[in-house]
Amino acid sequence: MTLKQTPSQTVGPYFAYGLTGTQYGYALPSLFGPELARADTPGQRIRIIGQALDGEGRPINDALIEIAQPDSNGRWVATGDEVAATGFRGFGRMGTGTESDNRFEFRTVKPGAAAPGEAPFALVIVTMRGMLSHAFTRIYFDGEPANATDPVLAAVPAERRHTLIARRADDASGLAYRFDIRMQGPDETVFFDA
Amino acid sequence: MTSDQRLGPRDWASHPAYIHPPYKSTVLRGPTKPLVPLKPALAELAAPVYGHDDLGPLDHDLTRNARRNGEPLGERIIVTGRVLDEGGRPVTNTLVEIWQANAAGRYVHKVDQHDAPLDANFLGAGRCLTDSEGRYRFMTIKPGAYPWGNHPNAWRPNHIHFSLFGQHFASRLVTQMYFPGDPLLALDPIFQGTPEQARERLISRFTLDVTEPDFALGYEFDIVLRGARETPMER
Repeated sequence: MTLKQTPSQTVGPYFAYGLTGTQYGYALPSLFGPELARADTPGQRIRIIGQALDGEGRPINDALIEIAQPDSNGRWVATGDEVAATGFRGFGRMGTGTESDNRFEFRTVKPGAAAPGEAPFALVIVTMRGMLSHAFTRIYFDGEPANATDPVLAAVPAERRHTLIARRADDASGLAYRFDIRMQGPDETVFFDA
Repeated sequence: MTSDQRLGPRDWASHPAYIHPPYKSTVLRGPTKPLVPLKPALAELAAPVYGHDDLGPLDHDLTRNARRNGEPLGERIIVTGRVLDEGGRPVTNTLVEIWQANAAGRYVHKVDQHDAPLDANFLGAGRCLTDSEGRYRFMTIKPGAYPWGNHPNAWRPNHIHFSLFGQHFASRLVTQMYFPGDPLLALDPIFQGTPEQARERLISRFTLDVTEPDFALGYEFDIVLRGARETPMER
């Protein structure tokens, strides 16, 4: 039996009270939020901050950004018991409609490399009003020696590779990385057919 | 969060293109450069971890999960179906999240300024996990049509938004379920942005088998996610 995939449709402008209720102040509590780690989760605490920008460079205020990453040792979370033990959820979700600059800001620990020869990364799903299908991208971290040899980065045209590298942007709150998602334009973010 | 399974590809003959000019917001928001192929490493990663404990007892019943002083107004409906992969295997214990307008065509969302009444007893959001046969079931109110600014006199057909992961991060699906016989479907650039041969898959089926006598009409909507390949992939 071979069934055909159900088509994608846009998430639309009104997902906030269904998918991100806690963040936006609606009654249904969120299952996932921008916190991937607890205060006692092992690893180096970082924030990943950015905006989703449209083809005219304007910040998008109704995008839904989801990220997934391994823990600081490069292990992917597999069970609820593991989440309870370390406080590391491995997955975060945030809409871009609550901050004045329409940023997303994930609070997590820096991922470890998931496999030998790979650079540390986080996976990203981008969707929004005006996208009929979601897009996949990846966040790599500036200054990682393994970026030079990572096979996925190597498969990306060299002139576009920089769109996948989050830049250090520490502030008074601590370690931070900046990762803007450009939907279009000369620096359009690399999206993957994953 | 890893498995030995390799996912089949996203079937682009089933999904809308990123840029579909009749749906105006796509023009500045859809990626324009070719997607970069990724080896199946991503496909091995499982969906986010969640459990039954995370869900409230009324999360699946939108006619009850936001009551303040009575029942929500509108036509009570049951929406149920199975989540399957392309091989017809049930996707069990997987999260299904939904949100929708109320019977008058108004969303609770603060940004929705459509001049139609809110319903104090209806939020319009819910979720559940599929059972051992991949089946989900929601009780809700039939959503109304509503106008939007895409073009003059534009109206969205009645629809319910669905969000699923399935068993893999890469089997993510965000979609909308429509209702049979809706005259607005032919005029809707979001529905029409879907490849023609795939559109019917977005329309639910009315059936007395699911309808509860003297209580609620029943609609069935099966959802098919990307599935593991039938044969081992070459490395």
